[in-house]
Amino acid sequence: MTLARRIIPCLDTDGARVVKGVQFVGLRDAGEPAELAARYNREGADELVVLDIAASRDRRPTFLETIRCVAEQLAIPLTAGGGVGSLEDGRSILWNGADKLTVNTAAVQRPELIEELSREFGAQAVVLAIDARRVGGPQANRWEVIIRGGRETTGRDAVTWAREGVERGAGEILLTSMDRDGTRSGFDCALTAAVSGAVSVPVIASGGADRPEDFLAVFVEGRADAALAASIFHDNVQGLGALKQFLASRGIPVRLSS
Amino acid sequence: MSALQVTLIDYGAGNLPSVERALRLLGADTLRASEPAALASSRAIVLPGVGHFGALMRALDRGRMLAPLREAICGGVPFLGICLGLQALYTMSEEDPSHAGLGILPGRIQPLPKTAKLPHMGWNQVRRQRSSVLLRNVSEDAYFYFAHSYAALEASQSAVAICEHGVPFVAALEQGSVLAVQFHPEKSGEPGAKVLANYLEYARQKSLAGGAAG
Repeated sequence: MTLARRIIPCLDTDGARVVKGVQFVGLRDAGEPAELAARYNREGADELVVLDIAASRDRRPTFLETIRCVAEQLAIPLTAGGGVGSLEDGRSILWNGADKLTVNTAAVQRPELIEELSREFGAQAVVLAIDARRVGGPQANRWEVIIRGGRETTGRDAVTWAREGVERGAGEILLTSMDRDGTRSGFDCALTAAVSGAVSVPVIASGGADRPEDFLAVFVEGRADAALAASIFHDNVQGLGALKQFLASRGIPVRLSS
Repeated sequence: MSALQVTLIDYGAGNLPSVERALRLLGADTLRASEPAALASSRAIVLPGVGHFGALMRALDRGRMLAPLREAICGGVPFLGICLGLQALYTMSEEDPSHAGLGILPGRIQPLPKTAKLPHMGWNQVRRQRSSVLLRNVSEDAYFYFAHSYAALEASQSAVAICEHGVPFVAALEQGSVLAVQFHPEKSGEPGAKVLANYLEYARQKSLAGGAAG
């Protein structure tokens, strides 16, 4: 009896459609959220993440409608976020069918937000999303927190911020390597291991997924509790079932569809 | 045959809509109840729940739902508690000692040990303790979705399945018509849907038997 490592497809949306870019720029259309959600639910995804990467105020109602449509397709947990800055934002995301919300930029700007969200909805519903970029060269093993969808550096250390976020009540960390995002060069295992070793909550590794071996590496070397990917699933480069079979054959506990 | 109507206790829990949806997909009618009157003629009561123990008990108290709910459960109305809805059945929880639980089951809810990552979040398997209504025809190696940091750690007669995360805890319990699961059946794919279907079938049988006797 072991907690299974989770494989989580991610739908980056502009509010309405799934989009995909490299390191948050050069977006292109990648499909209809509800359709992809239904497919991943069927193919054995352990959870789904849907993000509004535009997160503009006027598109908000559209994104909430997207959450509703996606949730209707699922018999697995759903995490949603993008632009969450208040309890009201959090409530509307959860009441439209998400089980957890992600908070990112607004929490860096006002860390008390994590406490407020956690107190209101419970730690299990609050995922702290951290976008991190390596600083000081490839050997330094230091990462800086990036906000506003990759546009702004903060000078804040990613590992320290993860620890603070958990102390303030985050129940999970969604950790994206901005160096690897969209590059298909493998997860940043050193980053993932550094954060996973520093916090007491589950860590979802994100950014750089390509081959099944990348997932194996991030679970073993990176000590990730879950691994997230987008384009390799959308583009059918990697099937969920085959990926999980591979991981199971290498001794990683995964949930195989019965 | 008309569909069974399930009363869903609505205290503001985030998972109510997905529990509602899952039950409807299985053919049940659902009714959201946020006041005592709605409980009076219930044939089946589901208490979903996520978040904080104290917030749940406070909300039930504020809605004057505590006594009617306890009465209905003790009166034999088929009850299903989900996640926090399982924990609420106990006398108290160390998550918030200032609010008493429903006290249907003896004992207390305790934190999972910090030796494991918390919350216990994700898919896990359970070990059967004895034959069960809820797990009937559910594969022994099925995975269920959990998301919690507190649990019933004391083994008791009512436990029908045990899970383990650092320590063993009650994953599913049954005592007469009181049924409860620590995992989220509404988020647990096919096996979860089967658990809910088993509950609905149990409630339907019980409702028919009650109708015939009365």
